Amino acid sequence: MQGGATGLAYRGRTASIGFAHGPFVRVDADTNGERVAGNLAEEALALRAAIDTASGQIADLAGIAGGEAAQILEFQVALLEDEDFIEDIFASIGEGDAADVAWRSALDAQIADYNSAADEYLKARSSDLADLRDRVINILRGGGGQALEIPSGAVVCADDLPPSRFLEIDWSGGGGLALLRGSPTSHVAMLARARGIPMVVQLGAIPDIGATALLDGEGATLELDPGAEQVRLFEKRRESHRKSRASARAILRRPTASWRGERIKLFINIQRVDDLEHADAQYADGIGLMRTEFLLTERGGLPDEETQFGAYDAVLRWADRRPVTIRTFDAGGDKPVAGFTLDGEANPFLGVRGLRLCLARPEIFAIQLRALARAAVRGNLKVMFPMVTSADELEAGRRLFAEIVQRLQADGIAAMLPELGIMVEVPAAALAIASFKASFFSIGSNDLAQYVLACDRSNGALAPLMDPLHPAVLELIARTAEHGRRAGISVSLCGDMAGDPRCLPALLNCGLRELSVNASALAQIKQTIDRLSSGGGVG
Amino acid sequence: MLDKADGQIFTGNVRLVHAVGMHARPAVKLTKLAKKFQAQVSVRVAGAAEWINAKSVAKIMAMRAAHGSTIEIKASGTDAEAAVAALVDLIATDFPDGA
Repeated sequence: MQGGATGLAYRGRTASIGFAHGPFVRVDADTNGERVAGNLAEEALALRAAIDTASGQIADLAGIAGGEAAQILEFQVALLEDEDFIEDIFASIGEGDAADVAWRSALDAQIADYNSAADEYLKARSSDLADLRDRVINILRGGGGQALEIPSGAVVCADDLPPSRFLEIDWSGGGGLALLRGSPTSHVAMLARARGIPMVVQLGAIPDIGATALLDGEGATLELDPGAEQVRLFEKRRESHRKSRASARAILRRPTASWRGERIKLFINIQRVDDLEHADAQYADGIGLMRTEFLLTERGGLPDEETQFGAYDAVLRWADRRPVTIRTFDAGGDKPVAGFTLDGEANPFLGVRGLRLCLARPEIFAIQLRALARAAVRGNLKVMFPMVTSADELEAGRRLFAEIVQRLQADGIAAMLPELGIMVEVPAAALAIASFKASFFSIGSNDLAQYVLACDRSNGALAPLMDPLHPAVLELIARTAEHGRRAGISVSLCGDMAGDPRCLPALLNCGLRELSVNASALAQIKQTIDRLSSGGGVG
Repeated sequence: MLDKADGQIFTGNVRLVHAVGMHARPAVKLTKLAKKFQAQVSVRVAGAAEWINAKSVAKIMAMRAAHGSTIEIKASGTDAEAAVAALVDLIATDFPDGA
């Protein structure tokens, strides 16, 4: 690498924000080693020894890691100590299977079973089981025992990395993680965020070369063998991130955000219960939008009442007395769900989606409303309907909900009708906002902009036209906020605009005083409001 | 040789109040506690056909006990009565940390 030359750059997705500049190390899973199986007794002994070694390794890791990581590992240890489970594997060896074959098939069966669960917590465990499976097989093949040799501060690159491999690496000298596949919602991403290790996932194919790397967890880029100019720009970004982060963290911990003396409430959007594990979530004024579609995409069909109640109740318990706004199923459009949404609609974005679909499938909607009615007595719950066009739809939903509450109460089950509001995302609803007898309004700016601008938001060719700051979009937001102010009804905005610092001045000037953003954007948004309040720019 | 105490079966019922049902963390706690007793301890979701070894974390997880379900516990052996009481307490108190 000559100074001044430009190295290779790759872009992925952010899993953990931060910057790393160090040696580039590939740790792709070694596929060396078909092992040669011994006789029955030797195979049984080999597996017993491998299990003991794995147990020891994991216990050591848990001891070093502590906290959340230790709890993730504890389950693996418990499984290794499960006599019933292990006995079955030894039985297969007794019938002639090689140790690694017997172990793999038992673990694969468990993994498949967890993956088929209609339950996201259980599914998340399958990657832990895969981790355990690979660890023991690696030991059986003679590859285990020694930790990965990673120089301090390295940018570690792998196809994917299980949590226990992450924990084996000594991160005390910094460093970063670049994954060719992987996901921002994986356990390893959670660990990286908790440790403050920058991590970029889904980088795609990267040539097997490079001695040094720059990993930018904010811009989600990986640069290999960078030139002097690349390094200079990288260090500049790192420094400005460090300063901004320090002041954002300080501002985040302040009890409230305010702008020109007015209180600005900042809520978070969550896609699933796990999102509450984000370190910044605790600083939110509540949950402005809990999406419930994740419940529909579990394998094993549509979720039953208990599964739903469990999820809603968990979120309410987390929020304690803070408000939690749960949106009823918003399926259809770009979110088809087998067994629920309609097939073959010529124009699904203008079709039977959101509340329209729920009212058309009352047998499915009723289960969600029952779970919500029961959850309503457990905390400060508000429920909102998506994709509402006319006041009649809101009233039809309310009637259905009220009947369900009555029936539950008649059966002696604790239940109540929560505050009911609507998403404002259909232009007709924004224009006729006064016709809705809602307790609150939440502006869904993504769909609102798409419908007002007549631009499919998934169509890249329209990106230049898809401007949420178009005066027509802002006009509808301002009207809705103005109606709320006059009628004393709370109005919030939960689309991508709320998390975009460049949109904040416009939103505040439209009269909005409540915003809901992803937990990861909370610090930056609070900081931006603070800057705007003291006369600064969006930064 | 079976003496009277060994032959006796103790049982208990308790509602699973844990928000997300019988998941990894509670399952690990339950099996750890069960293993502290000599007694043979079994559990099942009320009404299920099969009793499950309370000392097997894989089987407890596979039971898929949901939030709000009732867990039945039975135990036989020297310390069976104490084992049932301890497990009922663990589940009823929502698997406190340190348990």
